[in-house]
Amino acid sequence: MSQEDPRAHHDFGGVPKFMCEAVDIQPHELTDFDRDVDALRGVLSAKGFMSVDELRRGIEAIPEGEYHRLSYYGRWIRSIADNLIRKGVVTDAELRAEMTRP
Amino acid sequence: MSFAPGDEIRVSDEWPEANGPVHIRTPHYVRGRRGRVLRRLGAFPNPEDLAFARPAPVIDLYHVAFAVRDIWPDAPGEDEIAVEIFEHWLRRP
Repeated sequence: MSQEDPRAHHDFGGVPKFMCEAVDIQPHELTDFDRDVDALRGVLSAKGFMSVDELRRGIEAIPEGEYHRLSYYGRWIRSIADNLIRKGVVTDAELRAEMTRP
Repeated sequence: MSFAPGDEIRVSDEWPEANGPVHIRTPHYVRGRRGRVLRRLGAFPNPEDLAFARPAPVIDLYHVAFAVRDIWPDAPGEDEIAVEIFEHWLRRP
C-alpha cells in the first residue's frame, strides 16, 4: 500500500519516517503523574465508567500535533477527560474549575 | 465463514478511517495483503464496537502470517510477521 492511503496518523507501524529513528529501549521511570493516571484508569474501568477500548479510541482521536507532543500517560489523561465529558460523568466546567483551583 | 490453519487469505482493503471516527485494530500495512492463517486465538467482543460503548458481537480472532518482503520490499531476509486480525477483515483470496 502506498503512503497516499488514508491511514490514521496514530497507525504508523512500518512507516519509513519512524523506521529511520532509533528505538529508545531504555527503561523509563514512572512519574507520580504516570502512576496517578494509571490508577485512575483502573478505577474507572472497575466501576464501569469506561473500557480500555474507549481509552484507545480517545487516544486515537487526539489531533496529530498534540498526539506527538504529549507523553504516553499524557495521551491517556487526555482520552480519559474526553470520555468522561462525552459521557456526562463530569462537565467541562467542573473539569476546568478543578484544574484552575489554587 | 471460519478459517483453518494454513488457509490462504486476503485482508479486506477497506479504509473506514477515511469516513469519520473509528477504532480499528487491523494495521494499515496489511490492508489488501495476502497472508496465511496460523491459528485461531479465540473469540472476543469486537473492539470496533467496544470503543464506542456499543453492544459488541463476539468475533473469532486469528494469527495471520505475512511475508515481510511482500509488505516492505527492501526488508532483509525472508522473515514473516504474525498479526492478530478479526475474522470480519479476512477474505478468501
